[in-house]
Amino acid sequence: MQPAQAIDWSYAPAPETFPVEIQQEHGLFIGGKFVDPRSRKHFDTVDPATEKRLSSVAEAGKADVDAAVKAAQKAFKAWSRLRPAERAGYLFRIARRIQERARELAVLESMDNGKPIKETRDVDVPLVAQHFFHHAGWCDKLAHAVPGIDPRPIGVCAQVIPWNFPLLMAAWKIAPALACGNTVVLKPAETTPLTALRLAEILQEVDLPPGVVNIVTGAGETGRLLVEHPDVQKVAFTGSTDVGKRIARACAGTDKRLTLELGGKSPNIIFADAPMDQAIEGIVNGIWFNQGQVCCAGSRLLVEESVVDEVIGRLTHRMRSLRVGNPLDKNTDVGAINSRQQLERVNSFIECGVREGADRIVCFDGALPDTGYWVAPTLFRGVQPAHTIAREEIFGPVLTVLTFRTPDEAIARANDTNYGLSAGVWTSRASKAYEVAAGVKAGVVWLNTFNQFDATSPFGGFKESGFGREGGRAGLAAYLA
Amino acid sequence: MATVTKTWKLFIGGAFPRTESGRTIKAVADGTVHHLCKASRKDFRDAVEAARAAQHKWASSTAYLRGQILYRLAEMLEARRGEFVEAIRATSRITPRKAKAEVDASIEHVVSFAGWTDKIAIVLGSQNPVAGPFYTFTGIEATGVVGVLAPDESPLLGALALACPALAAGNAIVLVASERHPIPALVLSEALATSDVPGGVCNILTGEHAELVPQLALHRDMDAIVAAVKGKHAAALKAGAAENMKRVTIVDPASDFTESRWRSPVAFRGVTEAKTIWMPSMA
Repeated sequence: MQPAQAIDWSYAPAPETFPVEIQQEHGLFIGGKFVDPRSRKHFDTVDPATEKRLSSVAEAGKADVDAAVKAAQKAFKAWSRLRPAERAGYLFRIARRIQERARELAVLESMDNGKPIKETRDVDVPLVAQHFFHHAGWCDKLAHAVPGIDPRPIGVCAQVIPWNFPLLMAAWKIAPALACGNTVVLKPAETTPLTALRLAEILQEVDLPPGVVNIVTGAGETGRLLVEHPDVQKVAFTGSTDVGKRIARACAGTDKRLTLELGGKSPNIIFADAPMDQAIEGIVNGIWFNQGQVCCAGSRLLVEESVVDEVIGRLTHRMRSLRVGNPLDKNTDVGAINSRQQLERVNSFIECGVREGADRIVCFDGALPDTGYWVAPTLFRGVQPAHTIAREEIFGPVLTVLTFRTPDEAIARANDTNYGLSAGVWTSRASKAYEVAAGVKAGVVWLNTFNQFDATSPFGGFKESGFGREGGRAGLAAYLA
Repeated sequence: MATVTKTWKLFIGGAFPRTESGRTIKAVADGTVHHLCKASRKDFRDAVEAARAAQHKWASSTAYLRGQILYRLAEMLEARRGEFVEAIRATSRITPRKAKAEVDASIEHVVSFAGWTDKIAIVLGSQNPVAGPFYTFTGIEATGVVGVLAPDESPLLGALALACPALAAGNAIVLVASERHPIPALVLSEALATSDVPGGVCNILTGEHAELVPQLALHRDMDAIVAAVKGKHAAALKAGAAENMKRVTIVDPASDFTESRWRSPVAFRGVTEAKTIWMPSMA
């Protein structure tokens, strides 16, 4: 018999090669046209996996934001009075066109954001199409959506979105606003503007009336100018709790309607009687999906004390099989962190965790790429509830593990946070799952699953995770007067 | 060169069979006589069987998928717009403008129901705040196999107004075309065949209503009937339905099917079931 040879189990590269053209320079999308910024300023957007410049994007200044709001105001009258079935027609066509251009959008999103193609292709872009499709269907059914009101649009909506799900967040904002007859000025995040601008092309292709959707790119200052604009009637923001609070203060002296989808530090609660194989997958999906850059990430793992060793043993084993690297490789599980700034933030939290005495476990044997922004999947055990890494939103692939003994203690620990966006509960007993779900102060609770999203299903938080919901009937309420 | 004229057939299980009976009825379009299939009891039973076979899969596909498939059907109707207008005009002897308006409304109707599939449960379902330690939800499900009898007035829109809620909710249907103006429904069968609606989900028969009504009423494997009929047909349907508790919805054939109530949640009343699930909420 021959001695067993070591087998190389590593995967061959499987790059997604769908060609996507990217213009060297992007203007602002105002009044149905791409225009040069009056500010005359541009900034670069880079591929976080390679640090190479992808394109140069306009930075909207005050005059640009004014022009965009004016275009949205001008379009409002006709758009809000359009027969609902006709409004639906536009949204259905947008959904269809997104499906037709799905692969292109997925690749572009992976390049601009750093998230794995597996996710953009199978999660982000399909959800984007679904969101438009679902809301297209609402246009002529608004009277059944929110009982007791005569469904009327609000006006011009200022929408500011983050970089973690760039196109999906654009869809979450634009689709319900348009379905209800509002017009929109959208500001994508400065590090991920490209897919929103590609969406603008789609809006042109379906002949959406000029000004119904306007897209102004830029950083925080552009966002501030937009939400503080006096001719805006509604502000919708997704991002950090800090910025959310600033926006709430800025809107305080006005009659602007406001919805905020902010940060989280979501508990993922594992009982000893959990279906353990699924729970391990759920933990992995909960924190390493999109490199943990998810506001509802299951970043606080709460494990029943009797099974903590088993859970950590299985989890570290599973983590070792995560493939970190090229976002455009179809086998990649964990891609690049979106920006250098975010990379530094995540690393500083990791250092803080070590400094405060938690036990850091990195379960990644391979080498991280030389260029780009990367964090190896990391977990901390021996974490105390008072540790910084157990309290603050890290927004990266870092999991903190705490323990509990009883369902009541699990609920108490789950709620020991200013946030309240989501929670996960894993147990084979339905009654226990529901009891804990009822006790947790969170806008979304996943029982024996995690990170599920659907256009029909409202998403949003309790407490400092913001207010208002997106998706389903509850999401429409935010866009009706 | 002689033109090729179309042979109109039944639509059962995604295929176009001739009636097994060999019988025909006459339909006149612009003075041309068409011989259409006069569906027999056997044809009807075959159609119910095809519907039953297709229903479970249709109902258990996601609401989103059903919505997309119905939207695809609307795209197919749009592609045949001219043929529909011509069929309605030539057989109902109404003005082209009116025929066009009916086709416009019909396409819009299908699109509206493409948008209903994933909202039926949102609007009609509930969480029930029962006075005890239970989570109680009421979901909405399709009733099953539904017989639909289309009116002579607005032969396309009327047929779709009755068929769409049933289809959107996840039922499979046997649609009996307008007796006087059956050709638009047959054009619909061709649109269905080229859409992504699975074979058997929507079957279409042409024939004499007087002959088909008792069969509809008495078939034991049919769960509901939605019929645009009056007087004795209505009574016969209700009496026959009592045998196996079919849900019967009788609609005035002269209804204005462009009214918004035909696209409202009321439309699902006779073709859906409420299912309530109880679960203890205390460990």
